[in-house]
Amino acid sequence: MPIFFADTLSPSWDLVADIQILLHFHFMQNAYLAGTLVAITAGLMGCFMVLRNQSFAGHSLANVGFAGATGAVLFGIPPVVGLFLAGLLAAVGIQTLNLAAGERRQSDIAVGAVFTASLALGFLFIHLATAYATNVYNVLFGNVLGISDTDVGVIAISTFVLLGVLLFIARPFFFASLDPDVAAASGVPVRLLAFGYLVLLALEVAVAVQVVGVLLIFALLVTPAAIAQYVTTRPALAAAIAVALALLFTWMGLAVGYFTPYPVGFFITTFAFGTYAIMRGARFIRQRAGQRHHARPHLWRSGGEA
Amino acid sequence: MSVVVAGVLPPFTLNLWQDGQAMLSYDFMRQALLAGTILSIVAGLVGYFVVLRHQAFAGESLSDVAFTGALGGAVLGINPLASLLVTTIAVAVAMGGFGERLRGRDVAIGTVLAWVLGLGVLFLSLFTAQASGTGTGFSGVTVLFGNILGISTDQTRAIALISALVVLVLLLIARPLLFASLDPDVAAAQGVPVRLLGLGFMVLLAVTVSEATLAVGALLVFALLLLPAAIAHRVTTRPAWALVLSAGLAVALTWFGIGFGFYTGYPSSVCISLLAFVSYVVVVGSSQVGGWRGQLRRTLKSPGILNGRARN
Repeated sequence: MPIFFADTLSPSWDLVADIQILLHFHFMQNAYLAGTLVAITAGLMGCFMVLRNQSFAGHSLANVGFAGATGAVLFGIPPVVGLFLAGLLAAVGIQTLNLAAGERRQSDIAVGAVFTASLALGFLFIHLATAYATNVYNVLFGNVLGISDTDVGVIAISTFVLLGVLLFIARPFFFASLDPDVAAASGVPVRLLAFGYLVLLALEVAVAVQVVGVLLIFALLVTPAAIAQYVTTRPALAAAIAVALALLFTWMGLAVGYFTPYPVGFFITTFAFGTYAIMRGARFIRQRAGQRHHARPHLWRSGGEA
Repeated sequence: MSVVVAGVLPPFTLNLWQDGQAMLSYDFMRQALLAGTILSIVAGLVGYFVVLRHQAFAGESLSDVAFTGALGGAVLGINPLASLLVTTIAVAVAMGGFGERLRGRDVAIGTVLAWVLGLGVLFLSLFTAQASGTGTGFSGVTVLFGNILGISTDQTRAIALISALVVLVLLLIARPLLFASLDPDVAAAQGVPVRLLGLGFMVLLAVTVSEATLAVGALLVFALLLLPAAIAHRVTTRPAWALVLSAGLAVALTWFGIGFGFYTGYPSSVCISLLAFVSYVVVVGSSQVGGWRGQLRRTLKSPGILNGRARN
């Protein structure tokens, strides 16, 4: 890989030329296609994740992918299938433990327990399989430059399935996420939707692992949605912003990662976190300024009352 | 490790006493059991508060942060324990600063965690670039999964020292912390410094997680932190009893896991974690079955109850 950008393909200030260089190779075209598809679904799924306060579940399901991928290597099944099966099992496990433990809300203990078991199984699978380190790192951190045409096909199909199901359940699911009690009272199948969401999350992770890896799909899920939630309270607008941001971070991360010798995942997470930090900082300063602005008349009035 | 397991170790017999003696005749096993016991006690005690305060996500994130911290230390050439402690405590304080409310906390932790993982990727690539060619003894996989059988005497001593400190502080603040965890509003009204206690606990958690991650890996830390405490929390509602039970369970699980790993050749962290998971599932399942039985009995008796109520 370093051979490519030795001297012929270095970035310039000519953006058009840069983009031409970027998309010159077939593997980069595939990376952009896959990254775009994953970012769209991750942005949408992330909105619900943030809304439902299920970041831990998202993080865990992503890590379950680790057990799935290593298990797939061990048993000789396609990675995507192994990943999805593992995620499905984990979703069932979380839901069952949650119900059995009698928790009304999604509890962090059920998630944590499944998380522990899956990590342990993943490690056991590595121990049993002999194909070792490089595969593990690919699963953990993704291998964005090694995406084949078949992979893109699989990702495209899963993306359409995900989007279809999500659009179909969006309205009742939004209701169920905002106010589960009222939703349940008005006949929305809250539990079924919660379980369905975990399954969708498992699918999302299975698809996204090749692009960003199990450790970093979480960044695309949580950060754009968290920023969107900061900007607006309107659900449709928040979803649009989250998707746009996820796309932007992925594209920029891929581009910068291509022109520098550092991993793509680092740039994607750093752009995302940087934006989040700026948003929070700006909000904090504005609130401070607002307080100072309002403080004087308020103090004066309360002083007058006293 | 697998080389050691290959043929030198004694086979498992049904004479448990003899098995135990055979196991303890190895120095690395004595070290592992000693360090495992100390870590289990600390994790069991700290873990109970983690369960009470719904901070499983924070605990898990901190062990991932520890992963990044250790790698960063390796890249910059700093002592791993020092870089680990600094990183985890800094992140813990940041997380504690997000406040007691569950709502915003979850997302904020997730966002920070995502970035820290990204940093970890960068450090990993820098580290493998630096140490290219050589088989790296300090690989990311070791940090994630650890090897309790490879603990040195110095490490055990460091663990003992730090653990004693953590337990001491925890016992000192246990009472107000319990109050603040169970009912933050009332505690605050009573003048308990809820916010400060929360921050202090996060620092304790960070120290526990980082010392343990370096020794036994992120996987085992989280298993020992969460599951024994979750079982204890289900079994009893009395805090003192639950604390003792949680620490005791953690120690028992560690011993069984290490012993099982010793005789089967599977990694001990896997054995301990899976054992803990199975125990938790059994405890939850059995109480669930008990609940169903009680429900059934009530349904069967319900005409009697109804009659009694009608008579009254």
